[in-house]
Amino acid sequence: MTEDRSRDAVGASLGRMRAMMLRHVYLMTSSWPRVLELVYWPTVQITLWGFIALYLARQDGGFAGLAAVLLSAVLLWDTFFRSQLGVSLSFMEEMWARNLGHLFVSPLRPFELVLSLFAMSLLRTLIGVGGAALLAIPIHGFNLVAELGPPLALFFVNNLLFGWSLGLVVSALVLRLGLGAESLAWALVFLIQQVSAVYYPIAVLPEPLQWVAAVLPPAQVFEGMRRLLAEGLFDVGLLVRALALNLVWMTISGIVFLLLLRSARRLGLLLQVGE
Amino acid sequence: MSGLAKRFGAGSAVRDLSFSVARGARVALLGANGAGKTTTIAMILGLLEPSAGSIRVLGAEVPAQRHRILARVNFSSPYLDLPARLTVRQNLQVYARLYGVRDARGRLRELASELRLEAFLDRPTGRLSAGQKTRVMLAKALVNRPELLVLDEPTASLDPDNADRLRSYLDRYAAESGATLFLASHNMAEVERLCEEVLLLEKGRLAARGSPTELVRRFGRRNLEEVFLQIARQGGGDD
Repeated sequence: MTEDRSRDAVGASLGRMRAMMLRHVYLMTSSWPRVLELVYWPTVQITLWGFIALYLARQDGGFAGLAAVLLSAVLLWDTFFRSQLGVSLSFMEEMWARNLGHLFVSPLRPFELVLSLFAMSLLRTLIGVGGAALLAIPIHGFNLVAELGPPLALFFVNNLLFGWSLGLVVSALVLRLGLGAESLAWALVFLIQQVSAVYYPIAVLPEPLQWVAAVLPPAQVFEGMRRLLAEGLFDVGLLVRALALNLVWMTISGIVFLLLLRSARRLGLLLQVGE
Repeated sequence: MSGLAKRFGAGSAVRDLSFSVARGARVALLGANGAGKTTTIAMILGLLEPSAGSIRVLGAEVPAQRHRILARVNFSSPYLDLPARLTVRQNLQVYARLYGVRDARGRLRELASELRLEAFLDRPTGRLSAGQKTRVMLAKALVNRPELLVLDEPTASLDPDNADRLRSYLDRYAAESGATLFLASHNMAEVERLCEEVLLLEKGRLAARGSPTELVRRFGRRNLEEVFLQIARQGGGDD
């Protein structure tokens, strides 16, 4: 009896998450420029960096593996960037549409909303980064999967998780501070880029920033990626560290989200949000 | 609800509000702009946390236990919208799923026919007229056949013909389903037609309570609108 009830509850919960995903799929497919945009920016990035890498490799002292390092970094960085935007933009869509109040009086639970945002983020990231990675094969003769091999999955998952954490914090801040703060979605991510050692090793950073980089999962991912491409060595320790840091960040972002949601409920912001 | 209060900084939107509504009752919340109607509704729905007091809705403490009853409640408000790019059908499908409605397609067909939505079911919600949008919002509020239907200004943007049809529909829905109807409105004729009980708020306090006829008699006025104007302009409710 209890087992049946909990199975029903899980079924209902999954149904609500599917409903939220359906809502965003409807939105995405309602306008082809939206779908195109998902692939457009990662493709622009990969094309630009591909040519820069080609030019640098042809200079005296340039090394042949430079293109692989730069293009892998671009695509893995975009994984983090897209996954963060995937969460925060999907959340802000509800605010722009003045739909958040309806959602919060429906049976949808906050954790179901968050998990559906994560699922949408995964879909957007796979379309965007996956599309760009596929285009890099004919344009630059660069195959991300072949270059990084199985560790690519771990690099991808770690950057995805950190993107979700940041996306959740950005969403909560925009809910609390209002849509005037929506530029946080872009501003924070580029601030983090500076200390994530995307295109240069952590050792290049001044010492205080190296301490900051030490607690950021993407910094571990990019160090691991460079080691793999330059030395052919897969450093499991870096990936374990990235995963542990992600667990910490995910917990912190979940707490921040719930606290700011509670504060929005106290201040009456759930009924006022909109453009 | 008992001793309900909501403060925003130094100001109070709702003060020491206590009342109960029987299941199946049809109650109107009246008051001038800023009297605390929307704040009260938001607290009943769990969208806003009270500063003091307690609320019990369908047997559950709100906001703490709101998830136990949210599938049995629904509402419509002019302060909220539905995603503009989604078609009416898509929006209603999403909400039918969110509320766990069995046979969502059947329910959508029913609502489309009863609220006359068929002609624009596949049009983006953002391209509807104000009146069409109001009907769609009401369809969303009815998608789960709620036991408690909370409506904030349900006919505000409708022409007299559509407003009359909608009131008839709400009347029928409440009678057939036994649902509790709780509405905030500035339209006194609507309140007199739909509600058997009126709660009149003044500056966040309950100023008067009774059936429309009782209130008119008690205040020695010709109609509910005059009662409303007296309380809004001069105060002087029951207490």
